[in-house]
Amino acid sequence: MVAISIRGAVKRYGAVTAVAGVDLDVAAGECFGLLGPNGAGKTSLVRMVIAASPITAGSISIDGRDIAAAAREVKAHLGVVPQEDNLDPDLNVLQNLLTFARYFDIPGAEAGRRAGELLHLFELGDKERAKIDELSGGMKRRLLIARSLINQPRLLILDEPTVGLDPQARHLVWQRLTAMRDQGLTILLCTQNMEEAWHLCDRVAIMSEGLLIAQGTPRGLLAQHGGSEIVEARLRWPGQRGAVQERLDGLGVEWQEVEDTVYIFRDDDHGWDEALEGDLAVVSRRVPTLEDVYLKLTGRSLRE
Amino acid sequence: MMGVSRRSLRVWQRNRDVFFKLWKSEVPGFFAEPLMVLLAMGLGLGAYVALEDGQSYLEFIAPGIVAAYAMFSASFECTYGSFIRMEYQKTYDAIITTPLNIEDVVAGEVLWGATRSLITACVVMIVVAAFGLVSSPWALLVLPLAVLEGLMFASIALLYTSLAPAVYSFNYFFTLFLTPMFFFSGVFFPLDRFPDIVQQLSWIAPLTPVTNLMRAAVSGEVASGAWWGLAIMVGIVAVFFPLSLATMKRRLLK
Repeated sequence: MVAISIRGAVKRYGAVTAVAGVDLDVAAGECFGLLGPNGAGKTSLVRMVIAASPITAGSISIDGRDIAAAAREVKAHLGVVPQEDNLDPDLNVLQNLLTFARYFDIPGAEAGRRAGELLHLFELGDKERAKIDELSGGMKRRLLIARSLINQPRLLILDEPTVGLDPQARHLVWQRLTAMRDQGLTILLCTQNMEEAWHLCDRVAIMSEGLLIAQGTPRGLLAQHGGSEIVEARLRWPGQRGAVQERLDGLGVEWQEVEDTVYIFRDDDHGWDEALEGDLAVVSRRVPTLEDVYLKLTGRSLRE
Repeated sequence: MMGVSRRSLRVWQRNRDVFFKLWKSEVPGFFAEPLMVLLAMGLGLGAYVALEDGQSYLEFIAPGIVAAYAMFSASFECTYGSFIRMEYQKTYDAIITTPLNIEDVVAGEVLWGATRSLITACVVMIVVAAFGLVSSPWALLVLPLAVLEGLMFASIALLYTSLAPAVYSFNYFFTLFLTPMFFFSGVFFPLDRFPDIVQQLSWIAPLTPVTNLMRAAVSGEVASGAWWGLAIMVGIVAVFFPLSLATMKRRLLK
């Protein structure tokens, strides 16, 4: 069953195109990762999915319902964890959950029961009466996730849920999300943390300049684009640049040059030219990771 | 209607809960200040003022003070209060991920603004009554009038908020719109003594019909009240509320 169905979605802000035509299906029960550099259009796409931003062209439906036509019904079964903390600082921790429950018309007694469970689950049980300003960054993030679950959503959408967290807090969030996924919750996760995508996501898509440029399981993408080894090397003499490029192209391997460093993606199908090592000082040879694939596909230079 | 649903009540409840949690910080602005102005002007200045019909000055300004501070209550709530919730706390962004939409948020904010007017009007009226200045049961009409007044000023304020680039923009709203009405809408002085141009300006100020109506209600001389002022108030709500819905939607749903 398809949980999110995106067809030809376009988002334009005046002359700027943030999302340039995206087609995507996320299956029910799946954890889907949306990767991409800043400005790639991830947040714009997600804002359209949660009906916080009108779709310029195309359509998006969730559980078979068009979000433009049935926003309230769709949002009733949605959990959203924004990138930016928008907890209500006028209310304490427990009141944040109870007030949010009321937006979903959850009766008071039931809201209290769920809030207690969620605070316990996210290890905030002793912070019930705390002010939001008194919470650490990790606690705020856990409370945001707890808040997004108060309506027992069928689909959870998270925008960079572990940015700025220390490793302990990050692992706690990952554990809880893994548990949610294992219980059958559909998750759409925007992230720039490749370790996060690798551990949590069943499938990922890489977004760049408003388009999905690659899609698959993390392992599948790695196998398809990563090769068997990455050689990171520096030119010994700038004058050899042309010759090195010629040799690399002659080998047929994929490579990228960023300032004075060359990244060569080796695989079993292509040989290796020992003469290259005369012109290049090899800095490292290692097994590629999802991050290498990501950088290969989206480019290593700064995108802002 | 216009995308507003009963769920706007949820926004009203949120604001109510916060108000009753933090009400102590509101006491100086909305309870102490109107009483201070009432006593200072009414008793202090009033000792030197003789009105034509022998009415005491305190009695003259009391309904005006109710109207003016009910205006300030709704206006503060839907300018600074709403702007802080919208821009700094991102409360609106959080709410619209739930089944509520932006129209519900705007309607809830305006309803709460009107409630703040009502609360202020109640507090000031109790003091006015304690001074024995209420001469007729018609004075109870001040309360529904305060609600309508609140809807009117909350709608105007929220329209301004939806267009305000920064929190400093509200200085203009208060200094150029609200403060002139405080002085030139018949709160402290009868309008007929002002130069013609001031009189004409005050007749288009939204506070003027409120002051006249509340004065008529408190004195019990309802027949003399400018009840056509009700039409002006309803008209302003009918124009400014849908406008603020549209501009707030444009601001938030990008």
